[in-house]
Order: sequence, then C-alpha cells, then structure tokens
Amino acid sequence: MMPLVLVALMVVLYSAGIYLMLERSMTRVLLGFLLAGNATNLLIFLMSDGFGAAPLLGDDGSAPAVMSDPLPQAFILTAIVITFGVSAFLMALIYRSWRLGKVDIVQDDLDDIEIAKQSSAIAETSIEEVDTSDTEFADDVQARALQEELGAVHRSLDADAAAMTDEIHGSDAAYPGSPSDATSVEAAADGATADHDGHRDEDPRDDSTEGDAR
Amino acid sequence: MNALVPLVVLVPLLSAAGALVFGRRPRLQQLITVGALGAVLVLSAVMLGIVDNDGPLAMSVGGWTAPFGIALVVDRLSALLLMVSAIVLLGVLLFSVGQGLADGDEETPVSIYYPTYLVLSAGVFNAFIAGDLFNLYVGFEILLVASYVLITLGGTEQRIRAGITYIVVSLLSSLLFLASIAMIYGATGTVNLAQISLRMQEVPEDLRIVLHVMLLVAFGIKAAVFPLAFWLPDSYPTAPAPVTAVFAGLLTKVGVYAIIRTETLLFPLPELNTALMVVALFTLVVGILGAVAQVDIKRMLSFTLISHIGYMVLGVALGTAAGMSAAIFYIVHHIVVQTTLFLSAGLIERHGGSTSINRLGGLLKSAPVIAVLFFVPMLNLGGIPPFSGFIGKLALFDASAREGSALAYVFMGVGAAVSLLTLYALARVWNLAFWRRSEEVEDYDSTITALLRSAPEMGSPREQRRIPRLMTVATTSMVAVSVALTVLAGPLYAFADRAGQNITGPGTYIDSVLGPGTSAEADASVDSVNGSAP
Repeated sequence: MMPLVLVALMVVLYSAGIYLMLERSMTRVLLGFLLAGNATNLLIFLMSDGFGAAPLLGDDGSAPAVMSDPLPQAFILTAIVITFGVSAFLMALIYRSWRLGKVDIVQDDLDDIEIAKQSSAIAETSIEEVDTSDTEFADDVQARALQEELGAVHRSLDADAAAMTDEIHGSDAAYPGSPSDATSVEAAADGATADHDGHRDEDPRDDSTEGDAR
Repeated sequence: MNALVPLVVLVPLLSAAGALVFGRRPRLQQLITVGALGAVLVLSAVMLGIVDNDGPLAMSVGGWTAPFGIALVVDRLSALLLMVSAIVLLGVLLFSVGQGLADGDEETPVSIYYPTYLVLSAGVFNAFIAGDLFNLYVGFEILLVASYVLITLGGTEQRIRAGITYIVVSLLSSLLFLASIAMIYGATGTVNLAQISLRMQEVPEDLRIVLHVMLLVAFGIKAAVFPLAFWLPDSYPTAPAPVTAVFAGLLTKVGVYAIIRTETLLFPLPELNTALMVVALFTLVVGILGAVAQVDIKRMLSFTLISHIGYMVLGVALGTAAGMSAAIFYIVHHIVVQTTLFLSAGLIERHGGSTSINRLGGLLKSAPVIAVLFFVPMLNLGGIPPFSGFIGKLALFDASAREGSALAYVFMGVGAAVSLLTLYALARVWNLAFWRRSEEVEDYDSTITALLRSAPEMGSPREQRRIPRLMTVATTSMVAVSVALTVLAGPLYAFADRAGQNITGPGTYIDSVLGPGTSAEADASVDSVNGSAP
C-alpha cells in the first residue's frame, strides 16, 4: 500500500522541478534538477514494500515480511551521491559562467542562429528576440547591457578583465532607454561595441555579424 | 577466466587515481594512462577470444549469486565493443598526448585531463559489461560526469555555454533513466537484466509498453536519435579536438548499445519496431540535411554523426538476426571512422588555423599527409566500395530486403540517398579546403559555394601551428585501423553475425547469467509469439 502523501509529494516535486528546469536561468535549472532528482528518489522508494519497517533485521531468523525492501534504499543512496556530485559541478559551472560573462542564463547557439538566418523562411526577428526576463538579474540594467554586448562580441573570447570593465562604463553612458525596449537595447549594444573598435579589429567576423544585425 | 571481467573497469579507475596522484608529473601521467588503456586492450582481446570459443563470461561481484548480486556479463557483442572502444580510446589518447606536448598545455589543465579521460573509459567499459540495469545507470553516470569535465575543459566562455546545454540535457536523460529503473523494479522486482527479461513476459502489455518507451527515450537522448539529437551539434564541436573525437566515436554508441540490449533482452517482442524504424528514418534524413547546411567541418561531422545513428537504430529495429548483425558491424565501422574524421578535422584546424570551409584552401599542396588522412575516412563514411562503410550499408540493405516490409524498402531508398548526401557534404569540404588553391579563397565563386557565401565564419581564427609527429602518427594509425576493418571485413562480419545470432533471442544471455536451462521455458514462449526468432 503506497502512502498517498508520498505520491502527492512526488507529483508536486516533479512538476515544480520540471517547471524550473524549463527556465533560462541556470540557478533555477539547478534547483529544478534537485527537485526532480528528489522526486525520482521518492519514486524509487515508492516502488519498495513494507513502508516504515527497518530494511535489515540481522540474521536471527526474523521473517522477511516485517522487513522493508533494502534494494530501493541502496539505489536511492547511490542516486543521492550522484546528484550531489553533479550539483556541485553545476554550481561551479554557474559560478564560472557568472565570472566570465556576468550572465547566469542558458545562451543560444549563435552559430546555429547564423545558419538559420540564411533561410528566408525564418524571419530574423523571431530568432533575434531572446527572452531574458526570467534571469535572476532582470532588473540589473548593467548586467543586461553587458549581456547584449557579449552577444555581439561573442567571439572575442580573449577579452581581458580590463576591457570588460571599460565596456560596462561605455554601455552605461550609451544606455538611457528602458531595458524592456528591445530596439533600444540593440541600439545601445551597437553603440557600446562601436566604442571599442580597437579591440574588435582583431576579429573581422564581428564586423559582418554587426552588419547583419543592423 | 571470469575474473578478467571486472578488470576492464578496475584497471582504468585505479590508474585514474594513480594519474591524479602524479598530477605534477605529466610524463608519468601519460605513461600510466597509455599503460592502463593498453592493458584493457589486451584484456578485451583475450576475452574476445574466450567468449567466441566458450560462450559468454558471467561474473557475480562479491560472490553473491546472480539474481541477488551485481552481475557483469561479457558476450560477443560486449567483447567486440570493448575491444573497439579500447583501440579508439588509445588512438585518441596518443593524439591528445601529441597535442598536449606541442601546446605546452597552456590551454588545458593537464593534471586533470588524463585522470578524467581514464574515468570516462571506465564508464564506457562499465556500461558495456553491465548485467544489471542499475549498474548500467552507474556506468552511464561515470562516463557522463567525466564527459562534463572534458567538454568544459579550460572553462572558456564558449565551452561553458555549450557545456551547460549538454549537461542539462544529459541530466534530464539520466533522471528519466533512473525513473524507468524505478518503474521496472516496481513491475518486476529485480534489476538484473536476465531476470527482468524472464519476468517482463508476465507484465501486462500496456505497462510493458510504457516501460519500453521510457527506457527508449532515455537511451534515445544519449544515442542522439531524432528528435532527441538537438543538443549534439550544439555542444560537441566546441570541445578540444581529441575530446570531440572520442565523444563522437563512443558516447553515442553506448546509447545505441543500451538500445540494442533493451530491444533484444528486456523487450524482445516487436511491439515498437515500426515506431523505431520511423524514428530511424527521420534521424537519417534530418541529420544529413543539417550536415549539408554547415560551413564548419566539425559541426558538419556532428550532423553526419546524428544521421548515421539512424542506420544503426534501423538495423536494430528490423528485429531480425541479420539486422542485428549488420547494426553491430556498422557500429564498429562508425566508431572508428567518425573518430578518425574528427581527428583529421583536428589536424586541419591546426594546419589551416580554422575549420570553416570558407576560409580553408590549398591544403592538398601544403599538407598532402592530412589530405590522405581526410580522404580515406571520407570515402569510408560516404560508403564508397570497397570500404567498410559500403559493406555495413550493404549488409543493412540486405537485412532490410530480407525483412521485406514496405518501411524496409523505404529505408533502402533513404539510406542510399543519405549515403550520397554524406559524400556530398564531405566532398564539398574536400573541394574547397583541399583542391581549391589558397590564393582563390578570397572572392571564390562557384556553384558549390552559392549557398555558403553569405554564411558566417565559424569559430575564432587561430594562428597556424606546427603539427607534432605524434598527432599525425595517431591519426594515421586510426586510418590504418579503419582500413583494417575493410581488409578483415570477412572474419569481422562473421563475428558480428555470430554476435547478432547470440542476442536475437534472450536465451543465451539468460542462461549464462542465471545458469543453463533457465531460459528454456521462456525461449519457448518467446518463439511462439515471435515466430521470426531462430
């Protein structure tokens, strides 16, 4: 007999977990993964029998009927350890992503978008618009401006920390518009990148991307 | 001889620990890594011989007998895949040793590269010998966690971005796999593959199909089967060349291996074969159309990888011994060839400073060795006779003609077209990167570039770098292995055929794990339902 409370809890954890995993913010994806992982652990537990009893009662001949199934509990232990390790790695990754680009959202595959743009069947606007409203830093205008800029100078991986801070100040100045206004964001990003021609000259590809965007 | 079985996992794992201890001494690390993989290669060759002569090896870990303890099983299929992956892992390892020595390791934190690589190998080997669904899950997790580290190696922004997609998708598939293990345990009360196979016949059909679909979706994500393959071309090309090569060669094939076990052992009834065939057809077509649109060689190869997974899945979906044998042969061929092509792409990137075919030119003149190393696997993957790609595809077409359903004939048409398109995509690389003179690269005008001219330049341009001899030697030996697959295609195909016969009915596997005669009753009932099984 399955305890209905546990079943209900599993359902709630699964739905909340999957909802969070569909977000763009990586922190939320991580939280969603933790919730869904725990829901799976509950599912494994629900597949055992004899709830509430001890898993092993020693070899004094006690009937297996009063024991609960130890195998699912061993599975859960293994699964918890794996989930723990993976979460630690994911957190390190999120931190690294934050250090590098001040973004914690899952970003699009730009090469893919470029190739999709060649097809006239897909309107440019439909792939240009990236909804970032669910990032943890939605109200942080600076982070947002920088993120737009990073989209434009995506290839310049060698940008050093000093250049980064320069760009933040640059985009600050050229950034009067509201962040929800997509066109002004784009214009500001263009303006900001144009401030750094010296830096961008190293990478001829960005010029072509820039042209496309305009 | 059963004691050999766990060694293929233990040796790489312990050596990984050893390599981590000697993190400050790269030479010693390389020696340990090469030694460990060489040992596994010898072990798997020995086991291949034993298994072929004396039947499957089954080992119960810790002495707990089969249904209760963890079973490790090596049958012909496992032994063959163990050996091929050991060869490929060793070849790629030599390539990365060469690259690491040349680059002065400024890009990759070398102290963790070799241990992680060994852990990845241990995970792959563990998945191949698992006789237990949960152990298969653990094998997958070992290889996936190692692959998370390898794909984000160096922690550059682009790799982190691509790595996150890869990791989140893999996590989702692992969760799904774990949930299906839980459900299967709930339905059958065991996770031993052989025992599940016996008990699954008593599970009601509707529940059985749900379990079957859950497992197939989980493995389909790992094997990159349409429509679950979107993550692959996004994440693979950004990793360092040797990492991409080993991922492309092995990781998706572990997923295909799991699908084979699911279809032959856990759910041998042909309930979902038609659905699987349709999925395989879409994988073939969508993958290759993606490849044709690409300008970047690595991305193009990633798409052909997805496309060719369709061939293997289709061989499995036919559900006949001939289809299984053809699929096994094709897996072996594809592991070697796809890895070799990615290694050649790595050489091209070093020599030409780019992997975009809009930017490369004149390589035939400036690097004739690379040209040969690209040309041979290119013809092989494209299915030009007499290479193993042609033999594999011919065997698949032959198996589908013998199966004789309308879908099988559709597959033969689509398969031939996909083979031609693969050749088209690869020959375009050949024409532009190798045949075109380097001074023609600017303002080049031709019908083959008509669609590509407006395409963006992929990847940041890098300076051209000297190619160390070890990298060329490693790639050359991988090309030699792929040619050897062609030369030795007779014995190899005969072996694949025996392996296919082995797994078509679950009987052999069940008997080797649970003791002879266990499957006699089960076999009879399976045969009565599934008349085609021998």
